[in-house]
Amino acid sequence: MKQNLKMKQRKTTIKSWLFFSVGLAFTIILIIIFPDRKAKVETFSLQILIEMLYILPAVMLLIGFFAVWVPKELVIKLMGKTSGIKGIGLSLFLGALPTGPLYIAFPMAAALIQKGARVSNIVIFLSAWACIKIPQEMVELQFLGIKFMALRLGLTIVFVVLMGVFIEFFIDYGKRKKEKRENLSKS
Amino acid sequence: MDLTTLFINIFALSCLFISYIKDKQKTTQAVRIAVKTFIKILPTILLIVVLVGLLLGFVPNSIISKYMGSHSGIVGIVGSAVLGAILYIPSIVAFPLAASFIEAGASITAVAIFITTLTMIGFVTLPLEIKELGKKIALLRNAISILLAILIGVLMGAIL
Repeated sequence: MKQNLKMKQRKTTIKSWLFFSVGLAFTIILIIIFPDRKAKVETFSLQILIEMLYILPAVMLLIGFFAVWVPKELVIKLMGKTSGIKGIGLSLFLGALPTGPLYIAFPMAAALIQKGARVSNIVIFLSAWACIKIPQEMVELQFLGIKFMALRLGLTIVFVVLMGVFIEFFIDYGKRKKEKRENLSKS
Repeated sequence: MDLTTLFINIFALSCLFISYIKDKQKTTQAVRIAVKTFIKILPTILLIVVLVGLLLGFVPNSIISKYMGSHSGIVGIVGSAVLGAILYIPSIVAFPLAASFIEAGASITAVAIFITTLTMIGFVTLPLEIKELGKKIALLRNAISILLAILIGVLMGAIL
């Protein structure tokens, strides 16, 4: 399984380099055809490259620290027990910690279901993991501004919590109905 | 270098400092993870650099604002949502791309929807999500997330 994942990752990396090469070749051809655009493309590309290099190493470092200091097992342990408002807050917070890509979170969520964590908390945890990562928010702040970042963050938190509660209700409703039917057929 | 960048770099360096004092070995491991992550994401960073150059250098602003601008209507909304759901770009590098979309004439609504579906929904990772969590939770989460992303985008467009 682990080897499989590694192979998949290597494939993705090769694909990314391929995409980049195609994009670069395409741009160079376009510039040869339209030489007057060269200066504009160079300016914008260089500007965005410098901006990213200012911030990305710091973000990578933070990702590294969290991966080392906040192990998966701890997250599972903390989430398995709590419920209510505290559970929601904790799911949001733990999901927002920069502990890696989304595909790591799925097996964790599956482990949480087995440990008896609530469906709502798991959905909130997953969604927070997907879109409210702390380092990502920093990058969003830099490139899109405080208003954009804060408003999107606030709205996302509200809606993600509502979605978690709704999905839990939906799934529990389905379960209760099934149990009822089984009870009826037994008697 | 602006204030945000400065703050984040100082924050990261302080973390490095504290972590180093507490545990040298763990810190080395963390830095190794950081370097590995950076190398892994490097081709995507360069791709975004090229794309931004293409976008701002060649695509006329009128086209961007036609399809993603504030008057693009339902086409802009659904288009941004689908684009974000299908693409598989790490969100760290998606923000610079989103910023240049805005610079080129895209609306706040379209860009907010794009970023939100990009991060919340993964067609690429959906099979894994179904395998680990079951069809019900995975499909519900992804379907509702698309609607939420559109709602978030529309609300942001109305407020900002």
